[in-house]
Amino acid sequence: MSSEHRISIEDVAHVAKLARLHLSDEEILRFTTQLADVLDHASDIESLNTEEVEPTSHPYPLSNVFRSDDPGPTLSSEEALSQGPEVEDGQFRVPPILIRSQQSGAAAMRQ
Amino acid sequence: MSTQARGGGSIQAQAGGHEWEIVVGLEVHAELATRTKLFSASPNSFEGDPNTNIDPVCLGLPGTLPVLNVQAVELAIRVCLALNSEVRPSEFARKNYFYPDMPKDYQISQYDKPIGVGGFLELPSGKKVGIVRAHIEEDTGKSTHVGGTGRIDGAEYSLVDYNRAGVPLLEIVSQPDLRSAAEAREYVSELRAVLLAVGASDGKMEEGSLRVDANVSVRRRGERLGTRCEIKNMNSLRSIGRGIEYEAKRQVALLSAGESVSQETRHWNESEGRTLTLRGKEEATDYRYFPEPDLVPLRPSSEWVESIRSALPELPRFRRARLAAAVGRDASSVALFVERNQDTLAIEAVAAGADPAAVLKHLEHNLSEGTGRLTAGAFAELIAMESKGELTSNQVKATLAEMAATGADLKSVLADADYQAVSSSRLSSVLDELVAENPVEWERYREGDSRERKKLQGFFTGKIMRLTKGQADGRAVAELLRKRAQV
Repeated sequence: MSSEHRISIEDVAHVAKLARLHLSDEEILRFTTQLADVLDHASDIESLNTEEVEPTSHPYPLSNVFRSDDPGPTLSSEEALSQGPEVEDGQFRVPPILIRSQQSGAAAMRQ
Repeated sequence: MSTQARGGGSIQAQAGGHEWEIVVGLEVHAELATRTKLFSASPNSFEGDPNTNIDPVCLGLPGTLPVLNVQAVELAIRVCLALNSEVRPSEFARKNYFYPDMPKDYQISQYDKPIGVGGFLELPSGKKVGIVRAHIEEDTGKSTHVGGTGRIDGAEYSLVDYNRAGVPLLEIVSQPDLRSAAEAREYVSELRAVLLAVGASDGKMEEGSLRVDANVSVRRRGERLGTRCEIKNMNSLRSIGRGIEYEAKRQVALLSAGESVSQETRHWNESEGRTLTLRGKEEATDYRYFPEPDLVPLRPSSEWVESIRSALPELPRFRRARLAAAVGRDASSVALFVERNQDTLAIEAVAAGADPAAVLKHLEHNLSEGTGRLTAGAFAELIAMESKGELTSNQVKATLAEMAATGADLKSVLADADYQAVSSSRLSSVLDELVAENPVEWERYREGDSRERKKLQGFFTGKIMRLTKGQADGRAVAELLRKRAQV
Protein backbone atom coordinates (compact mmCIF):
# COMPACT_ATOMS: atom_id res chain seq x y z
CA MET A 1 0.00 0.00 0.00
CA SER A 2 1.43 3.39 -0.92
CA SER A 3 1.76 6.02 1.74
CA GLU A 4 -0.86 8.42 0.38
CA HIS A 5 -3.47 5.71 0.89
CA ARG A 6 -2.61 5.13 4.53
CA ILE A 7 -4.07 8.41 5.69
CA SER A 8 -5.96 11.10 3.84
CA ILE A 9 -6.06 14.85 4.28
CA GLU A 10 -9.68 14.42 5.36
CA ASP A 11 -8.63 11.92 8.08
CA VAL A 12 -6.09 14.35 9.46
CA ALA A 13 -8.52 17.28 9.37
CA HIS A 14 -11.13 15.13 11.18
CA VAL A 15 -8.73 13.95 13.90
CA ALA A 16 -7.46 17.51 14.37
CA LYS A 17 -11.01 18.72 14.84
CA LEU A 18 -11.73 15.98 17.40
CA ALA A 19 -8.55 16.95 19.25
CA ARG A 20 -9.53 20.63 19.14
CA LEU A 21 -6.36 21.45 17.17
CA HIS A 22 -6.70 24.44 14.88
CA LEU A 23 -4.49 23.60 11.92
CA SER A 24 -3.90 25.64 8.78
CA ASP A 25 -4.27 23.98 5.37
CA GLU A 26 -0.51 24.00 5.06
CA GLU A 27 -0.15 22.25 8.44
CA ILE A 28 -2.74 19.64 7.56
CA LEU A 29 -0.80 18.81 4.38
CA ARG A 30 2.51 18.64 6.26
CA PHE A 31 1.10 16.41 9.04
CA THR A 32 -0.60 14.14 6.53
CA THR A 33 2.77 13.43 4.92
CA GLN A 34 4.49 12.98 8.28
CA LEU A 35 1.79 10.67 9.65
CA ALA A 36 1.88 8.65 6.43
CA ASP A 37 5.64 8.22 6.93
CA VAL A 38 5.09 7.00 10.49
CA LEU A 39 2.46 4.54 9.30
CA ASP A 40 4.82 3.36 6.52
CA HIS A 41 7.48 2.75 9.13
CA ALA A 42 5.07 0.78 11.30
CA SER A 43 3.94 -1.18 8.25
CA ASP A 44 7.39 -2.76 8.04
CA ILE A 45 5.96 -5.30 10.46
CA GLU A 46 3.72 -6.51 7.65
CA SER A 47 6.77 -8.09 6.04
CA LEU A 48 7.10 -10.42 9.05
CA ASN A 49 5.19 -13.61 9.61
CA THR A 50 3.14 -12.89 12.79
CA GLU A 51 0.76 -15.80 12.47
CA GLU A 52 1.97 -17.37 15.72
CA VAL A 53 2.06 -14.09 17.66
CA GLU A 54 -0.87 -13.13 19.82
CA PRO A 55 -2.11 -9.54 19.37
CA THR A 56 -1.26 -7.33 22.31
CA SER A 57 -2.14 -3.84 23.36
CA HIS A 58 0.95 -3.57 25.49
CA PRO A 59 4.69 -4.04 24.98
CA TYR A 60 5.40 -5.55 28.42
CA PRO A 61 4.82 -9.21 29.28
CA LEU A 62 2.82 -8.18 32.33
CA SER A 63 -0.76 -8.53 33.46
CA ASN A 64 -2.74 -8.17 36.70
CA VAL A 65 -0.84 -5.30 38.28
CA PHE A 66 -2.98 -4.38 41.27
CA ARG A 67 -3.04 -2.23 44.37
CA SER A 68 -4.89 -3.24 47.52
CA ASP A 69 -8.05 -1.34 48.42
CA ASP A 70 -6.44 0.65 51.24
CA PRO A 71 -6.94 4.39 51.60
CA GLY A 72 -3.74 6.37 51.20
CA PRO A 73 -2.76 10.02 51.39
CA THR A 74 -5.03 12.53 49.71
CA LEU A 75 -4.37 16.06 48.59
CA SER A 76 -5.85 18.72 50.80
CA SER A 77 -8.52 20.80 49.16
CA GLU A 78 -6.24 23.88 49.50
CA GLU A 79 -3.32 22.14 47.78
CA ALA A 80 -5.47 20.92 44.93
CA LEU A 81 -7.29 24.18 44.40
CA SER A 82 -4.00 26.13 44.45
CA GLN A 83 -3.41 24.70 40.96
CA GLY A 84 -6.70 26.00 39.62
CA PRO A 85 -6.65 29.28 37.67
CA GLU A 86 -10.04 30.12 39.17
CA VAL A 87 -11.61 28.83 42.36
CA GLU A 88 -14.98 29.41 44.02
CA ASP A 89 -16.58 27.80 47.10
CA GLY A 90 -13.99 25.05 47.33
CA GLN A 91 -14.49 24.12 43.69
CA PHE A 92 -12.67 24.61 40.41
CA ARG A 93 -14.34 27.35 38.40
CA VAL A 94 -14.35 26.71 34.66
CA PRO A 95 -15.51 28.83 31.70
CA PRO A 96 -18.98 28.19 30.24
CA ILE A 97 -18.99 24.69 28.76
CA LEU A 98 -21.41 25.54 25.96
CA ILE A 99 -20.83 28.57 23.79
CA ARG A 100 -24.08 29.71 22.24
CA SER A 101 -23.17 29.19 18.59
CA GLN A 102 -21.69 25.76 19.33
CA GLN A 103 -24.23 24.55 21.83
CA SER A 104 -25.33 21.40 20.10
CA GLY A 105 -21.81 20.48 19.06
CA ALA A 106 -20.36 20.94 22.51
CA ALA A 107 -23.22 19.07 24.14
CA ALA A 108 -22.27 16.18 21.92
CA MET A 109 -18.94 16.01 23.67
CA ARG A 110 -20.64 15.00 26.89
CA GLN A 111 -20.47 11.26 27.33
CA MET B 1 -75.31 9.57 12.90
CA SER B 2 -72.21 11.47 11.99
CA THR B 3 -70.98 11.20 15.59
CA GLN B 4 -71.48 7.47 15.50
CA ALA B 5 -69.65 7.23 12.24
CA ARG B 6 -66.75 9.20 13.62
CA GLY B 7 -66.69 7.12 16.79
CA GLY B 8 -66.76 3.95 14.76
CA GLY B 9 -63.99 5.27 12.59
CA SER B 10 -61.73 6.00 15.51
CA ILE B 11 -62.24 2.54 17.00
CA GLN B 12 -61.48 1.17 13.57
CA ALA B 13 -58.32 3.25 13.47
CA GLN B 14 -57.22 1.95 16.85
CA ALA B 15 -57.92 -1.65 16.06
CA GLY B 16 -56.36 -1.26 12.64
CA GLY B 17 -53.67 0.92 14.24
CA HIS B 18 -51.78 -2.26 14.98
CA GLU B 19 -50.61 -3.57 18.26
CA TRP B 20 -47.49 -1.68 19.22
CA GLU B 21 -44.70 -3.35 21.08
CA ILE B 22 -42.16 -1.48 23.20
CA VAL B 23 -38.57 -2.70 22.96
CA VAL B 24 -36.18 -1.64 25.72
CA GLY B 25 -32.53 -2.35 26.49
CA LEU B 26 -30.92 -0.86 29.58
CA GLU B 27 -27.44 0.37 30.45
CA VAL B 28 -26.95 0.39 34.20
CA HIS B 29 -23.99 2.11 35.84
CA ALA B 30 -23.37 0.80 39.35
CA GLU B 31 -20.84 2.40 41.67
CA LEU B 32 -18.74 -0.37 43.19
CA ALA B 33 -18.57 -0.45 46.99
CA THR B 34 -14.81 -0.23 47.39
CA ARG B 35 -13.04 1.77 50.08
CA THR B 36 -10.89 3.64 47.59
CA LYS B 37 -11.04 4.84 44.00
CA LEU B 38 -10.51 2.67 40.93
CA PHE B 39 -6.95 3.80 40.17
CA SER B 40 -5.81 5.67 43.28
CA ALA B 41 -5.93 5.56 47.07
CA SER B 42 -8.24 8.45 47.96
CA PRO B 43 -11.49 7.39 49.64
CA ASN B 44 -14.48 6.32 47.54
CA SER B 45 -16.76 8.84 49.21
CA PHE B 46 -18.28 12.06 47.97
CA GLU B 47 -20.06 13.10 51.08
CA GLY B 48 -18.88 16.23 52.80
CA ASP B 49 -17.07 19.19 51.32
CA PRO B 50 -16.20 19.30 47.62
CA ASN B 51 -12.66 18.42 46.53
CA THR B 52 -11.67 16.73 49.78
CA ASN B 53 -11.35 13.08 48.62
CA ILE B 54 -8.91 13.72 45.83
CA ASP B 55 -5.35 12.90 44.87
CA PRO B 56 -2.93 13.63 42.01
CA VAL B 57 -4.10 10.60 39.97
CA CYS B 58 -7.83 11.37 39.93
CA LEU B 59 -7.02 15.02 39.20
CA GLY B 60 -4.99 13.93 36.19
CA LEU B 61 -1.89 15.82 37.32
CA PRO B 62 1.14 15.40 35.02
CA GLY B 63 3.37 12.42 35.75
CA THR B 64 0.81 10.42 37.67
CA LEU B 65 -0.01 6.82 36.82
CA PRO B 66 -3.13 4.74 37.54
CA VAL B 67 -2.86 1.42 39.42
CA LEU B 68 -5.88 -0.88 39.36
CA ASN B 69 -7.79 -1.50 42.63
CA VAL B 70 -7.99 -5.29 43.10
CA GLN B 71 -11.22 -5.05 45.09
CA ALA B 72 -13.02 -3.26 42.23
CA VAL B 73 -12.07 -6.20 40.00
CA GLU B 74 -13.27 -8.73 42.56
CA LEU B 75 -16.64 -6.95 42.92
CA ALA B 76 -17.01 -6.78 39.13
CA ILE B 77 -16.30 -10.52 38.88
CA ARG B 78 -18.91 -11.23 41.57
CA VAL B 79 -21.53 -9.37 39.53
CA CYS B 80 -20.50 -11.14 36.31
CA LEU B 81 -20.83 -14.52 37.99
CA ALA B 82 -24.19 -13.60 39.53
CA LEU B 83 -25.38 -12.62 36.03
CA ASN B 84 -24.14 -15.90 34.53
CA SER B 85 -21.66 -13.95 32.40
CA GLU B 86 -18.33 -15.25 31.17
CA VAL B 87 -15.38 -13.56 32.92
CA ARG B 88 -12.85 -12.83 30.20
CA PRO B 89 -9.34 -11.41 29.95
CA SER B 90 -9.90 -7.69 29.51
CA GLU B 91 -8.13 -4.46 28.71
CA PHE B 92 -8.62 -0.82 29.55
CA ALA B 93 -9.03 1.91 26.94
CA ARG B 94 -9.09 5.68 26.84
CA LYS B 95 -12.36 7.29 25.91
CA ASN B 96 -11.41 10.78 24.77
CA TYR B 97 -13.71 13.74 25.21
CA PHE B 98 -13.47 17.34 26.29
CA TYR B 99 -15.47 18.12 29.34
CA PRO B 100 -14.22 19.47 32.66
CA ASP B 101 -15.68 16.60 34.73
CA MET B 102 -12.65 14.51 33.66
CA PRO B 103 -9.51 16.56 34.14
CA LYS B 104 -7.39 14.16 32.04
CA ASP B 105 -9.69 14.85 29.04
CA TYR B 106 -10.29 11.13 28.81
CA GLN B 107 -12.08 8.54 30.87
CA ILE B 108 -10.45 5.17 31.49
CA SER B 109 -12.99 2.53 30.50
CA GLN B 110 -13.11 -0.85 28.83
CA TYR B 111 -14.04 -0.94 25.16
CA ASP B 112 -13.59 -3.94 22.88
CA LYS B 113 -12.40 -6.26 25.66
CA PRO B 114 -14.82 -5.95 28.60
CA ILE B 115 -14.48 -8.10 31.71
CA GLY B 116 -17.91 -9.75 31.37
CA VAL B 117 -19.59 -11.08 28.23
CA GLY B 118 -23.02 -12.69 27.83
CA GLY B 119 -25.21 -14.03 30.61
CA PHE B 120 -28.71 -13.26 31.80
CA LEU B 121 -30.73 -11.91 34.70
CA GLU B 122 -33.82 -13.87 35.73
CA LEU B 123 -36.70 -11.63 36.80
CA PRO B 124 -39.18 -12.53 39.57
CA SER B 125 -41.67 -13.24 36.76
CA GLY B 126 -39.34 -16.00 35.52
CA LYS B 127 -38.34 -14.12 32.36
CA LYS B 128 -34.66 -14.27 31.48
CA VAL B 129 -33.22 -10.98 30.22
CA GLY B 130 -30.01 -11.33 28.20
CA ILE B 131 -26.85 -9.49 29.24
CA VAL B 132 -24.60 -8.19 26.45
CA ARG B 133 -21.58 -7.17 28.50
CA ALA B 134 -20.28 -5.67 31.71
CA HIS B 135 -17.27 -3.37 31.82
CA ILE B 136 -15.29 -1.50 34.47
CA GLU B 137 -14.74 2.26 34.19
CA GLU B 138 -14.03 5.31 36.31
CA ASP B 139 -16.75 7.76 37.31
CA THR B 140 -16.48 11.46 36.48
CA GLY B 141 -16.50 14.53 38.71
CA LYS B 142 -19.61 16.54 39.36
CA SER B 143 -20.25 19.93 37.78
CA THR B 144 -22.66 22.62 38.91
CA HIS B 145 -23.70 25.24 36.40
CA VAL B 146 -23.95 28.80 37.68
CA GLY B 147 -25.93 31.63 36.15
CA GLY B 148 -28.80 31.55 33.66
CA THR B 149 -31.31 28.85 34.57
CA GLY B 150 -28.75 26.67 36.35
CA ARG B 151 -28.63 24.36 33.35
CA ILE B 152 -25.59 23.84 31.19
CA ASP B 153 -26.91 25.96 28.33
CA GLY B 154 -26.82 29.64 29.12
CA ALA B 155 -24.70 29.18 32.26
CA GLU B 156 -22.11 31.89 32.96
CA TYR B 157 -19.62 29.42 34.32
CA SER B 158 -19.46 26.02 36.05
CA LEU B 159 -17.98 24.69 39.29
CA VAL B 160 -16.35 21.27 39.45
CA ASP B 161 -16.00 18.90 42.39
CA TYR B 162 -13.71 15.90 41.78
CA ASN B 163 -14.68 13.81 44.83
CA ARG B 164 -16.52 11.40 42.50
CA ALA B 165 -13.83 11.40 39.80
CA GLY B 166 -12.20 7.98 39.65
CA VAL B 167 -14.84 6.14 41.69
CA PRO B 168 -15.16 2.61 40.25
CA LEU B 169 -18.22 1.87 38.12
CA LEU B 170 -19.49 -1.29 36.51
CA GLU B 171 -21.61 -0.66 33.42
CA ILE B 172 -24.01 -3.53 32.71
CA VAL B 173 -25.64 -3.57 29.28
CA SER B 174 -28.75 -5.67 28.68
CA GLN B 175 -30.07 -7.11 25.43
CA PRO B 176 -33.15 -5.30 24.06
CA ASP B 177 -35.26 -8.01 25.70
CA LEU B 178 -37.58 -5.85 27.79
CA ARG B 179 -41.09 -5.31 26.46
CA SER B 180 -42.70 -2.73 28.75
CA ALA B 181 -41.89 0.06 31.17
CA ALA B 182 -43.01 -2.20 34.02
CA GLU B 183 -40.63 -4.93 32.87
CA ALA B 184 -37.77 -2.41 32.70
CA ARG B 185 -38.50 -1.42 36.30
CA GLU B 186 -38.59 -5.07 37.30
CA TYR B 187 -35.19 -5.60 35.66
CA VAL B 188 -33.60 -2.63 37.47
CA SER B 189 -35.13 -3.66 40.75
CA GLU B 190 -33.85 -7.24 40.40
CA LEU B 191 -30.41 -6.13 39.22
CA ARG B 192 -30.24 -3.85 42.24
CA ALA B 193 -31.17 -6.75 44.52
CA VAL B 194 -28.36 -8.84 42.99
CA LEU B 195 -25.82 -6.01 43.38
CA LEU B 196 -26.81 -5.63 47.04
CA ALA B 197 -26.77 -9.38 47.67
CA VAL B 198 -23.23 -9.84 46.36
CA GLY B 199 -22.07 -6.69 48.16
CA ALA B 200 -20.98 -4.99 44.93
CA SER B 201 -22.86 -1.71 45.36
CA ASP B 202 -25.16 0.06 47.79
CA GLY B 203 -27.63 0.48 44.90
CA LYS B 204 -28.97 3.86 46.02
CA MET B 205 -30.61 5.32 42.94
CA GLU B 206 -31.52 8.66 44.48
CA GLU B 207 -27.89 9.20 45.48
CA GLY B 208 -26.64 8.22 42.04
CA SER B 209 -25.00 4.93 43.06
CA LEU B 210 -27.13 3.29 40.38
CA ARG B 211 -27.76 5.17 37.13
CA VAL B 212 -29.88 3.89 34.31
CA ASP B 213 -30.02 4.84 30.62
CA ALA B 214 -32.70 3.25 28.45
CA ASN B 215 -32.65 2.48 24.74
CA VAL B 216 -36.28 2.64 23.69
CA SER B 217 -37.91 1.81 20.37
CA VAL B 218 -41.37 0.72 19.26
CA ARG B 219 -42.54 -1.57 16.49
CA ARG B 220 -45.70 -3.09 15.19
CA ARG B 221 -45.83 -6.62 16.53
CA GLY B 222 -43.88 -9.02 14.37
CA GLU B 223 -41.95 -6.32 12.53
CA ARG B 224 -38.22 -5.73 12.79
CA LEU B 225 -36.72 -3.39 15.40
CA GLY B 226 -37.58 0.30 15.06
CA THR B 227 -35.21 3.26 15.38
CA ARG B 228 -34.22 3.71 19.01
CA CYS B 229 -33.69 6.72 21.24
CA GLU B 230 -31.48 6.69 24.30
CA ILE B 231 -33.12 8.21 27.38
CA LYS B 232 -30.92 9.64 30.13
CA ASN B 233 -31.49 11.23 33.53
CA MET B 234 -34.05 8.83 35.01
CA ASN B 235 -33.09 8.91 38.69
CA SER B 236 -35.58 6.59 40.35
CA LEU B 237 -37.54 3.42 39.57
CA ARG B 238 -40.58 5.61 39.18
CA SER B 239 -38.97 7.93 36.65
CA ILE B 240 -37.64 4.92 34.71
CA GLY B 241 -41.24 3.75 34.36
CA ARG B 242 -42.55 7.20 33.47
CA GLY B 243 -39.70 8.07 31.10
CA ILE B 244 -39.97 4.86 29.06
CA GLU B 245 -43.76 5.09 28.98
CA TYR B 246 -43.63 8.67 27.73
CA GLU B 247 -40.96 7.95 25.14
CA ALA B 248 -42.83 4.93 23.73
CA LYS B 249 -46.02 7.01 23.39
CA ARG B 250 -44.09 9.79 21.67
CA GLN B 251 -42.65 7.34 19.13
CA VAL B 252 -46.01 5.62 18.51
CA ALA B 253 -47.60 9.04 17.89
CA LEU B 254 -44.88 9.95 15.38
CA LEU B 255 -45.10 6.65 13.52
CA SER B 256 -48.91 6.63 13.58
CA ALA B 257 -48.86 10.08 11.98
CA GLY B 258 -46.68 8.73 9.21
CA GLU B 259 -43.54 10.44 10.48
CA SER B 260 -40.35 8.74 11.52
CA VAL B 261 -38.33 8.50 14.73
CA SER B 262 -34.86 9.96 14.48
CA GLN B 263 -32.08 8.27 16.38
CA GLU B 264 -31.00 10.58 19.17
CA THR B 265 -30.17 10.94 22.84
CA ARG B 266 -32.99 12.42 24.89
CA HIS B 267 -33.11 13.85 28.39
CA TRP B 268 -35.93 12.88 30.78
CA ASN B 269 -37.33 15.98 32.47
CA GLU B 270 -38.94 14.72 35.67
CA SER B 271 -40.91 17.87 36.52
CA GLU B 272 -42.30 18.34 33.01
CA GLY B 273 -42.85 14.60 32.58
CA ARG B 274 -41.39 14.44 29.08
CA THR B 275 -38.21 13.69 27.16
CA LEU B 276 -36.34 16.38 25.23
CA THR B 277 -33.64 16.15 22.57
CA LEU B 278 -30.14 16.28 24.04
CA ARG B 279 -28.20 15.51 20.87
CA GLY B 280 -28.91 13.97 17.50
CA LYS B 281 -27.23 11.12 15.68
CA GLU B 282 -25.18 13.44 13.49
CA GLU B 283 -23.67 14.87 16.66
CA ALA B 284 -22.75 11.47 18.07
CA THR B 285 -19.24 11.70 19.38
CA ASP B 286 -16.17 9.98 18.05
CA TYR B 287 -14.42 9.08 21.29
CA ARG B 288 -11.18 7.93 19.60
CA TYR B 289 -10.90 4.91 21.88
CA PHE B 290 -7.43 3.41 22.08
CA PRO B 291 -5.76 0.98 24.50
CA GLU B 292 -4.72 2.63 27.77
CA PRO B 293 -0.90 2.53 27.69
CA ASP B 294 -0.60 3.12 31.46
CA LEU B 295 -2.41 -0.10 32.42
CA VAL B 296 -1.49 -3.68 31.64
CA PRO B 297 -4.08 -6.29 30.64
CA LEU B 298 -6.35 -7.81 33.28
CA ARG B 299 -6.40 -11.62 33.18
CA PRO B 300 -8.22 -13.05 36.20
CA SER B 301 -6.94 -16.59 36.79
CA SER B 302 -9.49 -19.36 36.80
CA GLU B 303 -8.49 -20.13 40.42
CA TRP B 304 -9.35 -16.58 41.44
CA VAL B 305 -12.65 -16.61 39.57
CA GLU B 306 -13.59 -19.98 41.05
CA SER B 307 -12.76 -18.87 44.59
CA ILE B 308 -14.99 -15.83 44.10
CA ARG B 309 -17.72 -18.06 42.70
CA SER B 310 -17.58 -20.43 45.65
CA ALA B 311 -17.85 -17.52 48.10
CA LEU B 312 -20.90 -15.98 46.38
CA PRO B 313 -23.92 -15.69 48.66
CA GLU B 314 -27.26 -17.21 47.72
CA LEU B 315 -28.92 -14.98 45.10
CA PRO B 316 -32.20 -13.14 45.78
CA ARG B 317 -34.37 -15.28 43.50
CA PHE B 318 -33.40 -18.47 45.35
CA ARG B 319 -33.87 -16.79 48.72
CA ARG B 320 -37.30 -15.51 47.68
CA ALA B 321 -38.33 -18.98 46.60
CA ARG B 322 -37.27 -20.52 49.92
CA LEU B 323 -39.02 -17.84 51.98
CA ALA B 324 -42.16 -18.00 49.85
CA ALA B 325 -42.37 -21.76 50.42
CA ALA B 326 -41.86 -21.34 54.18
CA VAL B 327 -44.59 -18.72 54.63
CA GLY B 328 -47.01 -19.95 51.98
CA ARG B 329 -46.94 -16.85 49.80
CA ASP B 330 -45.81 -16.28 46.23
CA ALA B 331 -42.22 -15.30 45.56
CA SER B 332 -42.89 -11.80 44.25
CA SER B 333 -44.72 -10.76 47.45
CA VAL B 334 -41.79 -11.55 49.76
CA ALA B 335 -39.12 -9.55 47.89
CA LEU B 336 -39.03 -6.85 50.59
CA PHE B 337 -37.95 -9.30 53.30
CA VAL B 338 -35.14 -10.69 51.18
CA GLU B 339 -34.00 -7.18 50.35
CA ARG B 340 -33.89 -6.39 54.08
CA ASN B 341 -32.07 -9.63 54.85
CA GLN B 342 -34.93 -10.76 57.09
CA ASP B 343 -35.60 -14.03 55.27
CA THR B 344 -33.48 -16.33 57.44
CA LEU B 345 -35.08 -15.06 60.64
CA ALA B 346 -38.55 -15.40 59.11
CA ILE B 347 -37.95 -18.99 58.02
CA GLU B 348 -36.55 -19.93 61.43
CA ALA B 349 -39.37 -18.23 63.34
CA VAL B 350 -41.96 -20.06 61.27
CA ALA B 351 -40.06 -23.31 61.84
CA ALA B 352 -40.23 -22.54 65.61
CA GLY B 353 -44.02 -22.48 65.32
CA ALA B 354 -44.81 -18.81 64.77
CA ASP B 355 -47.78 -17.74 62.64
CA PRO B 356 -46.31 -16.75 59.22
CA ALA B 357 -48.67 -13.77 58.79
CA ALA B 358 -47.65 -12.35 62.18
CA VAL B 359 -43.95 -12.91 61.43
CA LEU B 360 -44.18 -10.99 58.16
CA LYS B 361 -46.31 -8.24 59.71
CA HIS B 362 -43.76 -7.55 62.46
CA LEU B 363 -40.81 -7.78 60.07
CA GLU B 364 -42.44 -5.33 57.70
CA HIS B 365 -43.70 -2.76 60.17
CA ASN B 366 -41.93 -3.14 63.51
CA LEU B 367 -38.48 -4.31 62.44
CA SER B 368 -37.97 -2.12 59.36
CA GLU B 369 -34.80 -0.72 60.91
CA GLY B 370 -33.29 -4.20 61.15
CA THR B 371 -33.69 -7.32 63.27
CA GLY B 372 -30.37 -6.82 65.07
CA ARG B 373 -29.83 -9.50 67.69
CA LEU B 374 -33.40 -10.79 67.75
CA THR B 375 -33.48 -14.59 67.81
CA ALA B 376 -36.06 -16.67 65.98
CA GLY B 377 -37.05 -18.50 69.19
CA ALA B 378 -37.79 -15.32 71.14
CA PHE B 379 -39.60 -13.87 68.12
CA ALA B 380 -41.86 -16.94 67.93
CA GLU B 381 -42.56 -16.92 71.68
CA LEU B 382 -43.49 -13.24 71.61
CA ILE B 383 -45.89 -13.79 68.70
CA ALA B 384 -47.54 -16.62 70.67
CA MET B 385 -48.07 -14.30 73.67
CA GLU B 386 -49.51 -11.62 71.43
CA SER B 387 -51.96 -14.03 69.83
CA LYS B 388 -53.19 -15.05 73.31
CA GLY B 389 -53.83 -11.39 74.15
CA GLU B 390 -51.19 -11.31 76.85
CA LEU B 391 -49.46 -8.27 75.37
CA THR B 392 -50.70 -5.18 73.56
CA SER B 393 -49.42 -4.39 70.11
CA ASN B 394 -47.41 -1.48 71.50
CA GLN B 395 -45.83 -3.78 74.08
CA VAL B 396 -44.93 -6.27 71.37
CA LYS B 397 -43.40 -3.48 69.33
CA ALA B 398 -41.34 -2.17 72.24
CA THR B 399 -40.25 -5.69 73.20
CA LEU B 400 -39.11 -6.43 69.63
CA ALA B 401 -37.14 -3.20 69.52
CA GLU B 402 -35.48 -4.01 72.84
CA MET B 403 -34.58 -7.57 71.86
CA ALA B 404 -33.25 -6.43 68.48
CA ALA B 405 -31.10 -3.78 70.13
CA THR B 406 -29.75 -5.79 73.09
CA GLY B 407 -30.22 -9.45 72.24
CA ALA B 408 -31.76 -9.89 75.70
CA ASP B 409 -34.10 -12.87 76.14
CA LEU B 410 -37.85 -12.40 76.17
CA LYS B 411 -38.40 -13.05 79.90
CA SER B 412 -35.92 -10.46 81.07
CA VAL B 413 -37.20 -7.82 78.65
CA LEU B 414 -40.77 -8.37 79.82
CA ALA B 415 -39.74 -8.36 83.49
CA ASP B 416 -37.74 -5.13 83.07
CA ALA B 417 -40.56 -3.42 81.24
CA ASP B 418 -43.01 -4.38 84.03
CA TYR B 419 -45.92 -4.67 81.65
CA GLN B 420 -48.01 -6.42 84.30
CA ALA B 421 -47.94 -3.31 86.46
CA VAL B 422 -49.11 -1.13 83.62
CA SER B 423 -52.16 -3.23 83.19
CA SER B 424 -53.16 -3.38 86.88
CA SER B 425 -51.76 -1.51 89.87
CA ARG B 426 -49.91 1.18 87.97
CA LEU B 427 -52.88 1.85 85.75
CA SER B 428 -55.01 2.29 88.84
CA SER B 429 -52.63 4.73 90.48
CA VAL B 430 -52.30 6.71 87.26
CA LEU B 431 -56.07 7.08 87.25
CA ASP B 432 -56.02 8.17 90.91
CA GLU B 433 -53.74 11.01 89.98
CA LEU B 434 -55.85 12.03 87.01
CA VAL B 435 -59.07 12.05 89.00
CA ALA B 436 -57.44 14.25 91.65
CA GLU B 437 -56.06 16.65 89.02
CA ASN B 438 -59.25 16.84 86.95
CA PRO B 439 -62.21 16.69 89.37
CA VAL B 440 -64.57 18.68 87.09
CA GLU B 441 -63.96 16.42 84.09
CA TRP B 442 -64.30 13.32 86.26
CA GLU B 443 -67.66 14.57 87.51
CA ARG B 444 -68.84 15.23 83.96
CA TYR B 445 -67.72 11.72 83.01
CA ARG B 446 -69.69 10.18 85.87
CA GLU B 447 -72.83 12.28 85.58
CA GLY B 448 -72.97 13.20 81.88
CA ASP B 449 -75.17 11.73 79.19
CA SER B 450 -73.77 9.07 76.92
CA ARG B 451 -72.36 11.61 74.47
CA GLU B 452 -70.65 13.57 77.23
CA ARG B 453 -69.34 10.36 78.77
CA LYS B 454 -67.88 9.22 75.48
CA LYS B 455 -66.10 12.53 75.08
CA LEU B 456 -64.65 12.41 78.59
CA GLN B 457 -63.68 8.77 78.25
CA GLY B 458 -61.50 9.86 75.32
CA PHE B 459 -60.06 12.64 77.47
CA PHE B 460 -59.02 10.27 80.29
CA THR B 461 -57.87 7.47 77.99
CA GLY B 462 -55.62 9.91 76.13
CA LYS B 463 -54.05 11.13 79.38
CA ILE B 464 -53.50 7.58 80.66
CA MET B 465 -51.86 6.58 77.38
CA ARG B 466 -49.57 9.58 77.54
CA LEU B 467 -48.57 8.86 81.16
CA THR B 468 -47.90 5.18 80.38
CA LYS B 469 -46.13 6.05 77.14
CA GLY B 470 -48.76 4.22 75.18
CA GLN B 471 -48.09 0.90 76.87
CA ALA B 472 -51.43 0.55 78.61
CA ASP B 473 -53.94 -1.81 77.03
CA GLY B 474 -56.91 0.11 75.58
CA ARG B 475 -59.47 -2.46 76.71
CA ALA B 476 -58.06 -2.57 80.25
CA VAL B 477 -58.24 1.22 80.46
CA ALA B 478 -61.88 1.30 79.33
CA GLU B 479 -62.73 -1.40 81.85
CA LEU B 480 -61.00 0.45 84.69
CA LEU B 481 -62.74 3.75 83.88
CA ARG B 482 -66.13 2.09 83.83
CA LYS B 483 -65.56 0.27 87.11
CA ARG B 484 -64.19 3.31 88.93
CA ALA B 485 -67.04 5.56 87.82
CA GLN B 486 -69.62 2.83 88.39
CA VAL B 487 -71.32 3.66 85.13
